[in-house]
Amino acid sequence: MNWTLPLTWVGAAVLSLLAAFGRFSRFVAESGRSLADGRTWMAHLPEQMRKLGVNSLPIALFLSAFTGIVLALQASYTFTGAIPLYFVGTLVGKTMILELGPVLTGLSLSGRIGANIAAELGTMRVSEQIDALETMAYNPIAYLVVPRVLAGTLMVPVIVIFANVIGITAGWITAINMLDMSTQQFIRGLRLFYEPFDITYSVIKATSFGFVITIIGCYQGFNTRGGAEGVGVATTRAVVISGMLILVLDAFWAATLLKT
Amino acid sequence: MSIELRGVHKAFGPKKILCGLSLDVEEGETVSLVGFSGAGKSVTLKHIAGLLLPDRGTVHVDGLEVPKLSRDDLYKLRLEMGYVFQFAALFDSLSVGDNVAMGLRKKGGVKEKEIRDRVAESLDRVGLEGFEKRFPAELSGGQRKRAGLARAIAYRPKYLLYDEPTSGLDPVTTEVIDRLIVKMREDLGVTSLVITHDMKSAYAISDRIAMLYDGRVVEVGTPDQIRNSANPIVRGFVEGKPEMIEEAEADDEDEDRAGRGHDSEHHGQRRPPGAHPGRRA
Repeated sequence: MNWTLPLTWVGAAVLSLLAAFGRFSRFVAESGRSLADGRTWMAHLPEQMRKLGVNSLPIALFLSAFTGIVLALQASYTFTGAIPLYFVGTLVGKTMILELGPVLTGLSLSGRIGANIAAELGTMRVSEQIDALETMAYNPIAYLVVPRVLAGTLMVPVIVIFANVIGITAGWITAINMLDMSTQQFIRGLRLFYEPFDITYSVIKATSFGFVITIIGCYQGFNTRGGAEGVGVATTRAVVISGMLILVLDAFWAATLLKT
Repeated sequence: MSIELRGVHKAFGPKKILCGLSLDVEEGETVSLVGFSGAGKSVTLKHIAGLLLPDRGTVHVDGLEVPKLSRDDLYKLRLEMGYVFQFAALFDSLSVGDNVAMGLRKKGGVKEKEIRDRVAESLDRVGLEGFEKRFPAELSGGQRKRAGLARAIAYRPKYLLYDEPTSGLDPVTTEVIDRLIVKMREDLGVTSLVITHDMKSAYAISDRIAMLYDGRVVEVGTPDQIRNSANPIVRGFVEGKPEMIEEAEADDEDEDRAGRGHDSEHHGQRRPPGAHPGRRA
C-alpha cells in the first residue's frame, strides 16, 4: 500500500473543509453587507418574525412544559432524604434558564425553522426563483436571507424566555401537586442561587442559536443543487449542522461566560 | 451591437459546456438559439443576464461588459432585461399579480395605480386577464409559463431573453406566444434572444437563427438559410434526422484520427459514436 495515500486523503479533507468554511464566511459577510439594502428586507421582516417566531411558540412551550415536569420529579427522586426538598426549585430554575430552556428550544427549532428555511430556499433555488429575483435586480440575499436571519436572531430569545417561564411554571405545578411541597418552598429554592446574569446568559445563548439556525438554513438552501433530492440533502444538512453548532456554542458560552 | 458574445468558454467541473461560443444580436432583432438538450443554450442566456460568469471570453450587452460590471451597474442593466424562464420561476408565495408587479416595483417611479394597470395589461397580452389574485399553484403549466412571460414584459425591458417560451404548450398557445414575441419587437423594438427546440416557432419569430453544437455556434442565418443549410449537423437537427448527425460525427472522427481534425479541447466535447443526439451529457 502506498503510505502517502492516507496523507493525501487527510490533505484533501482539510482543503475541502477550509474551502467550505471560506464559502460560508463569504456568505455571512455578504449577508452583513446586504443589511444596507433595508428597502428590500424591511418589508419582509414582520412576516418572517411571525412565521419563524410566533408560529414556533407552541412546540417550544410544549417541550419546555414537559421538561419542567420531568426536572421537578427527577430532582425530588435524587434529593429524597439527603437534600432539603426546596432545592427542587433551585434545580428546576437553574437548569431551565441556564441550559434546557435555550438548548432544547434551539434543537427543536433547528428542526422546525432550519429545515423549513433550507427546504423553502432550496426549492426556490432548484426552480430558478432565486435566479428570477436576480434578473429583476433584487438582491436575493437582502430579499430572502436577511429577513430570515434577523427574525430568527430576534425571535428565538423571546421564545426561550417564554420557554423558561413555562418550564419553571410546570415544575412548580408538579412540585406542589405531586411532591408534597408548598409554593413558598419552591420559590425559596428558586431564589436561593438566582443571579440576574442567568437571564442574560440564557438570552445570549438563545440569540446565538437563533442566528446559527437561520444562517445555516439559508446557506444550505441557497447552495442546493439538483432537484428534490438536493432539497432533501440541504434540509438534512441544515438540521444536523445547526444542531451540532448549537451544542458547540453551548459549551463555548459555558466556558467563556460562566466564570466561578 | 446590442448583445455580443465572443469566444465564451464555460465548464462545470470537468464538463465543458461552452467552447468558444460567439454570437451577436443586433438592436431590435430577434435571434433564436437552437440546439440539442444540454447543449448549453440556457447557460448562454445566463451569461448574458450575468447569472453565470464565463471562464474565458467576453459578454457585452449595450456596450457594457457584463462580467466586469459592479453589482449596482449590473442591477441597472438587468432592469433593461426581461427573462422568461423555462419553468416560469414564479414565486409561489405571491399572487400572479404581485409576481408580475415585482419588476415594476423594483424599477420604482411608478405609482401603485399604474402598476396595477400595467399588470392587468401584461396579463391581458398573454391571455390571462383577471388572473391577478390567483396563486401559481392554481395555474396549469401553460398558464404559469404565460404568467412568467407577463412578468418579463411588464416593466417594458429593452431586451427579452426567452428560455424555451413555448415548450410544453398546446399549438394554439404556442401561436399566441409566437405572435406576442413578434409584436414585442414590432411595437416596442425589443431585442430578443429566444432559446427553443421548436423549429416552427423559430422560423416564425426569428430574424436570424443560430445553431449551437459542441459548445459553439456552428451556423447563423436567416430562417431560409437555416432551412436550406448545407451543414449536415444543422440539416439533421432541423429535419429531425439523427442519422445525418451521426454520419457527420463519424466523418469528423475519421478526420480527427487522420490528424486533420479540431484541437483536443473541441474533441473532448464530442459525443460518443452512436449516442442519441437528444441525450447529450
